[in-house]
Amino acid sequence: MIRIALSFALFALATAATGQVTVKDPWVRATVPAQRATAAFMQLVAAQGTRLVAASSPVAGMAEIHEMSMVDGVMKMRAIKALDLPAGKAVVLDPGGYHVMLLELKSQVRVGDVVPLTLVFEDRENRRTTVDVKAPVRALAEAPAPGMPMK
Amino acid sequence: MSPGPDVFPRGFAAAGRGDGPQRESRTNVRLSLGRLLLLAALLAVAACSPQGGAQRFIGSDVTGSEFGRDFHLLDPDGRERALADFHGMYVLMFFGYTQCPDACPTALGRAVEIRNQLGVDRERVQVIFVTVDPERDTAPLMREYTSAFDPSFLGLRSDLSGTRKVAEEFRVFYEKVPTGSSYTMDHSALTYVFDAQGRLRLIWRPDQTAAECVSDLRSLMTFNRSFWRWFS
Repeated sequence: MIRIALSFALFALATAATGQVTVKDPWVRATVPAQRATAAFMQLVAAQGTRLVAASSPVAGMAEIHEMSMVDGVMKMRAIKALDLPAGKAVVLDPGGYHVMLLELKSQVRVGDVVPLTLVFEDRENRRTTVDVKAPVRALAEAPAPGMPMK
Repeated sequence: MSPGPDVFPRGFAAAGRGDGPQRESRTNVRLSLGRLLLLAALLAVAACSPQGGAQRFIGSDVTGSEFGRDFHLLDPDGRERALADFHGMYVLMFFGYTQCPDACPTALGRAVEIRNQLGVDRERVQVIFVTVDPERDTAPLMREYTSAFDPSFLGLRSDLSGTRKVAEEFRVFYEKVPTGSSYTMDHSALTYVFDAQGRLRLIWRPDQTAAECVSDLRSLMTFNRSFWRWFS
């Protein structure tokens, strides 16, 4: 019972909604102590069309928006200036696609931690809004891709 | 279905598919003339079949290829390790780097799942993670990283020229690319599978599921066992 209540509380914590952008199911990949980087994943739905242009977190010296692609069996990852969020359409940041890269980590990110993230959005009129997110940390081996059940 | 020779990017050719397992000759087994003839007939049939005879794999069958024959890399204790150190084990080898947010944890997570699904046979599998980013992936980091997936996983590294050399031997593509505030590594996300005799047999693509990998490994293990029992 406590577990269920806890997971509901965590879900409520993890789901931040403003009039602008809803953030669902955010999570950060755990690291080992010597690791200096990790990634944050989530689902974004914008009420009106907008763009994710920046992110920050107190656990990282720097955060960037990255896109990963797999071309002919070669993994490529690049920083992108902005991620377009069309009105009402869910945009998924997940392993194998987009993520928020957290660089220059100040300490290890452990399973059970909750990582605060601030996402910065910019609409067509160049108005900026921010959304604060609390992202729980999942295991390093986490990879919820179809056909690949993980513990 | 076998993805065919296009498993390598950038014009790498999966060479020597029809070369046959010539290095089996080093195994000292006495064969009767009749069995030798039968073996020759079997090999002829296997060579004619586009799928390589009775063995069907989901991964790419690269048996007999002239690449990925050996490596000389350092473990986290600084000891040199070569393929011969893992004789009797089915080696799953993956190239990547610890800052990789996606492909590397996914491949290593799949390796954990493969070992789980193998049951008792998991002890016959050695997972090796080779870094293509030795500047950032220090020996202690390699140890911490692989242990976080499974304490039995081994992280291997080299200096820049040694890394280049092993990548060439395995036809692994990698490239340091400046992006954002630092750099990232483009790299092949293929898994190399060796049989218990240390021969490179299969290459798995990143989208091959753990269950499909287990099926391939079981085929390799079963074939090896029955093959050698029958001929010795």
